[in-house]
Amino acid sequence: MANIQHVEGQDKGKVLIYTLSTCSWCKKTKRLLKDLKVAYDYIDVDLEDMEEQDRLELIIMKFNPRASFPTIVINDTESINGYKPREIKERFK
Amino acid sequence: MIDQERINEYLKTLQADAENGGYLLNPDREFLEDLAQGLLENTDRYGYQACPCRLANGNMEKDLDIICPCDYRDEDLNDYGACYCALYVNESIANGEQEPEAIPDRRKEVLAKKSDPIKKGAAVSKTAFPVWRCKVCGYLCARKNPPERCPICKAQKERFEEFVF
Repeated sequence: MANIQHVEGQDKGKVLIYTLSTCSWCKKTKRLLKDLKVAYDYIDVDLEDMEEQDRLELIIMKFNPRASFPTIVINDTESINGYKPREIKERFK
Repeated sequence: MIDQERINEYLKTLQADAENGGYLLNPDREFLEDLAQGLLENTDRYGYQACPCRLANGNMEKDLDIICPCDYRDEDLNDYGACYCALYVNESIANGEQEPEAIPDRRKEVLAKKSDPIKKGAAVSKTAFPVWRCKVCGYLCARKNPPERCPICKAQKERFEEFVF
C-alpha cells in the first residue's frame, strides 16, 4: 500500500495529490494548498516501490491520461492536472 | 536532503553550461533551488540526472529521453517558452516579463509515435560514414560511431541517434 501523508487544514472534501518528491511544480502545489489552509493527503509516487508505482500510475491515468505530476484528485471524481494556481484557488475558495 | 552548498555549486555549473549553450535558466531562485535539489536527488538515486518533474524508471535505457536536458526541451521552449520543469526558459520569462506556467507533458505522445522506429542500420546511406545527431543540442557529425560526449553540449554517447535524411 502506498505511503499516504496527511496535511492538516480545513475540510474541503477528499483531496489526494499524486506528487513526486523531486518536482518543483508539486512543491508549489503543496505550498499553495497549505496557504489556502486546505486539508489534503499526498503520495510521493517516486518513493514507492516499482509495483506500487505501476498500480498508482493506472489510477492517475483514469483522471489524467498523461499521468503527469501533480494530479490533484478531489472526492475521487474530479481532478486538477498540473500546477494551476487560478484553478486551484477557485476550486478551494 | 541535499545540503545547500552542493545545491549552490550545482547551480553555478548549470548556469555556466546554460550560458555557454545559449540557454537561459528560470530567474526565480527558490524555484531553481527546488529543481536543483530534485536533480541532485535523482542523480544520487539513479546515477543520472533524470528529470525531477517526471517519474523515472530507474533503468537508464528507458530514461534516456528524460535525462536533463531532456529530448523535449527545445520543442517545449519553442511552443511554451519553458521546458516541462521550467528550468530552461525563454527571454521574456528570464527577464520577468512573463510567468512560466505548467505545460502538458509531450513525452507519452512522442514515445507512442516512435513505437515503429527506423531500425538501426536499416537506412541506406550513400555517404562513407553514418551521420549522428545529438538529441540534446542537434549537433551533427559524420563518423563511424557517435562521440563519447557531445563536443558542444557534453551529452553522453547514448543521447545520439542516427540521422537519416
